[in-house]
Amino acid sequence: MLDRPLNVLRSIGGGLVDAVWRLGYASRFFVGVLMLSGTAMRRFQLTIREVYFTGVLSLIIIVVSGLFVGMVLGLQGYDTLQRFGSASALGTLVALSLVRELGPVVAGLLFASRAGSAITAEIGLMKTTEQLSAMEMMAINPIARVVAPRFWAGVISMPLLAALFSAMGILGGWMVGVRLLGVDDGTFWSQMQAAVDFREDILNGVIKSLVFGLAVSWIAVFEGYDAVPTAEGVSSATTRTVVTSSLAILALDVLLTAFMFRGVV
Amino acid sequence: MATPNLVELRNVVFAYDAARPVLKGIDMAIPRGRVVAIMGGSGCGKTTTIRLIGGQLKASAGEVIVDGESVSRLDDGALYALRRRMGMLFQFGALFTDMTVFDNVAFQIREHTDLTEELINDLVMMKLNAVGLRGAADLMPSELSGGMARRVALARAISLDPLLMMYDEPFAGLDPISLGVIGQLIRKLNDALGATSIIVTHDVQESLQIVDYIYFVSEGRVVAEGSPAEIRASKDPWVHQFVWAEADGPVPFQYPSPPYAQDLLEAGRA
Amino acid sequence: MNRAVIDLWVGLFVAVGFAALVFLAMKVGNLSAANGGETYELKASFDNIGGLKVRAPLKSSGVLIGRVSDIQFDSEHYQAVVTFTVDRRFEFPRDTFATILTAGLLGEQYVGFDAGGDAEMLKPGETIRKTQSAVVLEKLIGQFMFGKASEAPQPAPTK
Repeated sequence: MLDRPLNVLRSIGGGLVDAVWRLGYASRFFVGVLMLSGTAMRRFQLTIREVYFTGVLSLIIIVVSGLFVGMVLGLQGYDTLQRFGSASALGTLVALSLVRELGPVVAGLLFASRAGSAITAEIGLMKTTEQLSAMEMMAINPIARVVAPRFWAGVISMPLLAALFSAMGILGGWMVGVRLLGVDDGTFWSQMQAAVDFREDILNGVIKSLVFGLAVSWIAVFEGYDAVPTAEGVSSATTRTVVTSSLAILALDVLLTAFMFRGVV
Repeated sequence: MATPNLVELRNVVFAYDAARPVLKGIDMAIPRGRVVAIMGGSGCGKTTTIRLIGGQLKASAGEVIVDGESVSRLDDGALYALRRRMGMLFQFGALFTDMTVFDNVAFQIREHTDLTEELINDLVMMKLNAVGLRGAADLMPSELSGGMARRVALARAISLDPLLMMYDEPFAGLDPISLGVIGQLIRKLNDALGATSIIVTHDVQESLQIVDYIYFVSEGRVVAEGSPAEIRASKDPWVHQFVWAEADGPVPFQYPSPPYAQDLLEAGRA
Repeated sequence: MNRAVIDLWVGLFVAVGFAALVFLAMKVGNLSAANGGETYELKASFDNIGGLKVRAPLKSSGVLIGRVSDIQFDSEHYQAVVTFTVDRRFEFPRDTFATILTAGLLGEQYVGFDAGGDAEMLKPGETIRKTQSAVVLEKLIGQFMFGKASEAPQPAPTK
């Protein structure tokens, strides 16, 4: 009769051990990528090429979503602030929410689903079609030649995309707030400038996006390299990349926010 | 040249997991300049054997010796140095799908040498000419037929004139004409480059025409070996079944299973 | 895709990304003023700083001239010691008055400097002696009500 609870316990334990093992394996892989990054740095052309695929091709989605998010912030913020007669603080509200939180986080989530999944699928497919094996047999280390440039391209692209997202969002908020709802242009910017601090807010936002970029790129290349070499394996690895990176971004965000903005609490 | 044999396997054992060994003690000797086939049914450990030779897998026991060096004992640097002298043709070509045919063939040359683009162009065109696909240099791999892709992969594998060529199922999934073309190319390139070739295949008729020596592998062991003439004349029931493609024999048609009647009856009951 | 085209796009991407960063730093974060330039420190003690926080703005005549950089408690005098970083370009007379003010009724608290008429200027590290504490709303309300209560009986006998 104890069979069922025992089995449940066993599967929980098994899953836990599995997860820890996987984390260890992924960490070892991460160190391996760092050690083999020489090629990606020396022959920077390889990395530039990947920046094109991860960064440039994510531009449109980042710019458009940034604008939309900023516009919504403008509308919602105005509606709420106006009730307290402080619509002049709209600039502050839009800028702080974007620079501190929404910029890095939403850009990170978009980056994970746009670029992270593509990296995983590409590396996974290269593994499935034995391209990675073929490279190994040509005495070329696939981690140095394929994985590391993609990883670094992700790390480089992410902060730029997040900054772009925030900037577009602020423009979107400005368009709605100033152009549409008639908040004073000067008040909008000056209130924002008085409240937003370079180191405290903007630099911390950039650090956040850099950390998210590292996490997403790491997860994406690891899942791709570790994918079961079948069509099904690659598709589930791609899904895992998006799910794991999104969770990682949100969890890391809590941690980083707690670290950075302690003055708030 | 130290030894007459380029590749030697001495009592090699390999297992992905300890309970089910794939190779249970394989001995092979592959002399320089020869074309040798490793044959056997699907899943008998043929591909594992060449992965061991290429150092992509490490033997659990025994020794794999290539050009006088024990593969499983090499560190990464020495292994990569050894691999520069090897070429491998993968089952489905494994062409880099994001590059043109030209760039695929030039890939290894660009990675390992500092030759000028002009020289690389000459080399690549030579290799593509050897496989008869000079005209396809600017195509993408997705635009090639299976046979053409295999030939491009072959040109890529020989781009640095390897000492040892390995072919993983080079004949799988090809039409008879492409099959003949690939077979002839393997033989011709081997002799022209002065290389040594190992072909892993289950295509008996094609390989009997081009190879010098054949190993038959079954259930992780070498069960028969000999020259093509010896193999054709062999009275060994196992070889006979394989060469003449008989459905039943020492290799049973049925996967190990309970008696047929029992399965049918149980299905009815459930 | 051609290598030159990729380079061009990536170059453009990096340029736009950095432009966004510069935009955030300059236009949004106002890095150009108060943060980037040279600063000096001044101190002031307050009986009560209310809700004043580190990094709160320091204004004079409504213009941002610095920020609160540190808040300590002086257990000898039971006072709050507030340190300011002030833009080097601005100097203040020794009898400058430091007041803790509130932006709007419920807004954030900041410090205001009202320049006095002294000919001598405050040197870096010096302490401002004339300060006025924060207006604590609860106290104000309490005073108001107490005032009313004590006032109320007085007019009664005259009637």
